[in-house]
This record gives sequence, structure tokens and C-alpha cells, in this order.
Amino acid sequence: MKEIYLGVDVGSVSTNVIVMDSDNNVIDTLYIRTKGKPIEALKMGLGQMKSRLGENVKVLGLGTTGSGRHLAATMLGADIVKNEITAHGVAALNIVPNVNTIIEIGGQDSKIILLRDGIIYDFAMNTVCAAGTGSFLDRQAERLGIPIQEFGSLALKSKSTVRIAGRCAVFAESDMIHKQQLGHNQEDIINGLCEAMARNYLNNLGKGKELKPPVIFQGGVAANIGIKKAFEELLGCEIIVPKYASVMGAIGACILAKEEVKKRGKTKFLGLNIADSSFNVQSFECDSCPNMCEVVKFYRDENLAARWGDKCGKWSNVQISQNDEKLA
Amino acid sequence: MKITFPHMGNTYIALKVIFEELGAEVVIPPKCNKNTLELGTLYSPELMCIPFKITVGNYLESIEKGADTMFMWGGCDVCRIGYYNTLQKDILQSLGYEIQMFCLEPMKNINDVKNFLKKLSFVSGSKNYIKVLPIFIKGLRTLYEIDELDDLVIKIRPRELNRGAVDRLYSSFKEDVNNANGYKSIVETIRRYKEKLLKIEIDKDKEVLRVGIVGEIYTVVEPFINQYLIERLGNMGVEVHRSVTSSEFIKEQLDFIPFLKSDKEEVHRGAKPYLNTEIGGHARHTVGNTVLYSEKNYDGVIHLMPFTCMPEIVAGSILSIVEKDKDIPILKLVLDEMTGESGYLTRIEAFIDLLLNRRESKFYERDISWS
Repeated sequence: MKEIYLGVDVGSVSTNVIVMDSDNNVIDTLYIRTKGKPIEALKMGLGQMKSRLGENVKVLGLGTTGSGRHLAATMLGADIVKNEITAHGVAALNIVPNVNTIIEIGGQDSKIILLRDGIIYDFAMNTVCAAGTGSFLDRQAERLGIPIQEFGSLALKSKSTVRIAGRCAVFAESDMIHKQQLGHNQEDIINGLCEAMARNYLNNLGKGKELKPPVIFQGGVAANIGIKKAFEELLGCEIIVPKYASVMGAIGACILAKEEVKKRGKTKFLGLNIADSSFNVQSFECDSCPNMCEVVKFYRDENLAARWGDKCGKWSNVQISQNDEKLA
Repeated sequence: MKITFPHMGNTYIALKVIFEELGAEVVIPPKCNKNTLELGTLYSPELMCIPFKITVGNYLESIEKGADTMFMWGGCDVCRIGYYNTLQKDILQSLGYEIQMFCLEPMKNINDVKNFLKKLSFVSGSKNYIKVLPIFIKGLRTLYEIDELDDLVIKIRPRELNRGAVDRLYSSFKEDVNNANGYKSIVETIRRYKEKLLKIEIDKDKEVLRVGIVGEIYTVVEPFINQYLIERLGNMGVEVHRSVTSSEFIKEQLDFIPFLKSDKEEVHRGAKPYLNTEIGGHARHTVGNTVLYSEKNYDGVIHLMPFTCMPEIVAGSILSIVEKDKDIPILKLVLDEMTGESGYLTRIEAFIDLLLNRRESKFYERDISWS
């Protein structure tokens, strides 16, 4: 029987499930689109992974990360629930132990993580605007009718530079349209967009920070070689894109779960069969005070499993017994 | 006359004391909530900073409850808050409400205090402003008491043995204090809860992270807009210190009075190598207090600001130099109408992880140098 650990990253754009053995080797990875339905995506992801793994496995632990990490933890039972920044740092350190800089661009967040001597010592995240993240690239690819997978290689074919404004997604899009109506080549425009994104990232997140090599580029957008090239030109050093760049968050969560289980001795994971359970949510507005919190009730197999969303703890702190279901 | 004022954390308790002692009928707006935000953004200029919008919401909710006289705690000052009251009066009147508005102007000398007392005496209907002075002092005392209670809360919360004990006590305090009327009964309630707080079981030897909060005062003091940051950090086992509070703000205004002492000079000393003049808002304090926190060996600093707040944008650029000079991690959080919490939570959790790691590695370094 093979002993494995699972890592789950429920992000805005993708839901990733990875499997690792006890020696931190990645056995299998899965990258599926969240499509705004994290519960379905995760259920599908776990189900697919379960059939891929077969019968002969024993799950020793599970960790969750991503903006849907708490939801995933409630669904599956997690040993650790970790924020994306720490998870990405841990994963990168596992692959390049002397890494100093991590560039991470995901669906709606971009982050820079600086490490020294194996610890995270500074980080920054995009503040109020999502320009220059994966979902913007996605939208542009769709508008141009190009599969997102080919976006980067098209940029590499560019022979002349077209400057695109990168500060704001709205400016960038109208700049792109303007350049396209002037008759510029599509590959030049795409290359211009890749450069704009890299430039915007460094101006926004990297400002005032010392970006020392080795630099790792990870997150979904790392699959775009056009942006990788733009970063290499701007930073003047080689950028490492790890083999599992798109699922690094899940890898980090998995490693952390392993450590946690080692400390505690047993796992909280509810088992792979949980993929066959049904999950349901209902929400209501609590009218006990002017806060009017939107409270979410979460059901696993028709049983109330958790409640959250309230500020005072009136709903979320109450221990839920099986009988509550009928009352609710 | 039914008097009301916008919320800013617990400041309403002191304002309630003042106006009730003056004999006015006080309408306290419902605590800030989604509806406040909704109303406020609907009737405010789009590019305005978030405290303006929420306070407009507060007024509208109070008017619905019958208020006709608005008191604004910010008068002609060195940032946009200086014209909040004028613009807000305009907005409310153009909506057809027949209201009056008066405000607290910055106080730089005894004459300014006199002018403010005169404004207050108009509330009580008397012309003798000297009679109002004891009431003003009662209000200030309440403000100090409530801020002392809050300081105690954030010290005890990370150390409580019984999870949620502080929060439960605090919510019953809120209920009791809202039902109390007048100076005596309100201060008595605050003191009673102080004693109760001190009886909460704590882990005295717990090693907690210490984080200082700097930034624009409204975003530091009002939990609705900072997403209950202080409560949240406390429940994550972090001891928080707020560098700007309403009581400290008032002390700094009045410290020309001989017996009143504030930390202003100390803050200016800290800021001096980076910023040696007032540029508006709390920018100089943000820089100065960050330096002071590093001198006091705090683990980290969180910088709060409303989106588009010019003074804090300037302070923020300076902080990146302070961060390097003093080797103290700083997390900047820009606050606006976003009510989705996950983005903020991720940043806060990651920041706490970072501080913990740094602390561990510092211990490790010390171990090595000793052996």
C-alpha cells in the first residue's frame, strides 16, 4: 500500500490537486478550472484523482490553500489551512533551496515573495487592481480568439516592439485595440502585452525591493513563455520556471500538511470517498444586529457541517449536532 | 433638537456623554454596516475617500431615526477631512433635509477651546460657555476610560486561556454601555468591565508577537472599515498596539495646556530623519510611530490607509525606507468599500507567518552566537 499526502489549492481561476509521497516527490497533479464553482470543481478534482490513484493507497494527510482554502478544509477535513503566500514559499524552497525571489502570478492575485537564508522575509501583493493577472490574460486571449496555451509562443515570434500601457486593465485593453486598428501584427501586440505585464508587475510589486537571483516564476501565468522572457530581459537574469509551476501552492500545502501530521500523529482528512458525498450551501442574512452578516450554511450529505460568515460567532462558534439539521 | 454624530470606533460613547450631559436628545446611528456603506456611496462623490462615504451613511441612518442636528468630529484640518462637514452639509441639504451641522475645529490655543465651548453651549441653550467646561472635561475623561479599556482588551485577547472569553465579555459590554445614560453610569459601566476583564484567565508566560498599527486614524479606529483587524489579530495570538486613537488625538490637540501630556514630541523625534514637517493627515505620525515601534522591538507594523489618501500615500513611500533602515517588516493595507475578506485575510496570515519565522530565525542566530 502506497502512503501519500494530498495538497489542494482552490483558487479564483483554477482548482489544483496534487499527490506526494513521504519523500516529497510529486506523484500526480491535476489542474482544473474553478469556473466560479469551487465546490463542484473540488469534488470533480478529488473524484478524478481518486480514480487515477486506484485502490492501493493510503492518504496520511491533506493541506489546503488558495482563496477557497477554508471552504476546501470544511469539505474535506484538512490538517492545515495555509495562506497562498506561505504555501508558495514553502513549495519553492523545496525545489530550489537557495531561492531568493519568487514571482507568482495567479488568476486574480500577483505576489512577490523575497526569501533570505530559507525564510520568507518580505512579500507584497497587488493592492486594489487586478491588472496584470491571469484572468486579464485569459480575457484578452479569448477576445483575440487565441487559445491561452499558445499566447506565450506567439509573443516569442514578435519581431518589432509595440508598447502597450500596463498600469490598468482598462487602459491596456483600449491600448491593444488601438494598436490593432492601426494595423500592427498580432504577435507584436501580444508581445507588447507580455512586456507590459512584466513591467507593471515590477513597478507595482517590486518597487524598492532587491530582487536577487535565483528567481523562480510560478503560478498559472508562469506557463506563458512570453512573460517569462519579458521578465528575463527586465531583470537581466535567468528565471527558473519549475516543472510544476502551476500547482506550487498545492505542493506547499501538501508539504505543510505532512509536517503537521508528523506533529499531531493522525490526520483529519475524511477519506477519498468524500468525493462521492454531496455538498450543498444555503445562505441567509442574520438580522440580530445592524451588521446583517451573510451567513453560509454548509451541508455535507444533507447534514449541516459548518456555518460561517458571521462577525460575532453566534452561528459559526456553535457546535453542530446532527439533530440541528431538522431544526434548521 | 435631536443631535447625532458619525461613528468612529468607540468615540460615540464619549460624544453621547457630552451631549446627554448638555441636556440634548442624542440619536446614535446604527453601528456601521452594509446599509451605511450603501447609502454613503450613493450620495458621496465617487473619488472621495471611504471615511467620508461611511459618515454620510451614518448621518442618513440617523436622520431616519429623527436626528436634525449633526456634529462632525473633524473640522478645518490639513487633509480632505477639513471640508467633510461643509460638503456633507451641502449633500444633506440638497437631499431636502432641514438640518444643522457644527464641528470640532482643531484646537491650537485657549481661544479655540473657548470657541468650541461656545458651540457646545448653543446645544444646551445657555449662553454661559464656562458652565459647559466641566461637561467637556467629562467627555474627555470618558474617552480616556474607553481607550484604556480597549488597550486592555487588546493586551488580554491574545493571552486568554478560554478562547473567545474576551470577545464575549466585550459584546456584553457594548450592550450595557449602550443602555447606560449619562457620565456617571457610563464611566461606572466601563470600570466594571475593566475589572471583569482583569479576571479573565490568561497565560502570563505566553510568547506573543507584537504588532503596531499606524496610519490614518479612521481606518485604525473604526473596525467596520479595517475588517475587524485588531480583533482578528488578537484572536490569532498577536498583541496589537494602536498608535493613533481618539484620546491620543485629543491630547495632542490640547497639550498646550500645562498638565496635559501627549506623545507628540516623541513621535516627531522619531519621524524627524525622514519627515520633519506636517504634510497633512497622520503622515508624520505614521512615519514617527513606525520608527518608535522599531525602537521598542516590535515584531512588525501594519500600515492602514483609505484608498486615495494622499498623506498616507506619501507616508507609505517613506515607510519603505524606514523598513530597510530599521529592519522592521511593514504590511500596507489599503481600505475601501471591499467587503470580501479573503484578500485581506491572506495578507494578514502571511504577514504573521513571516513575523513568526523571523522571530524563530533570530532566536536561532542567537543560539549559534552563544555556542
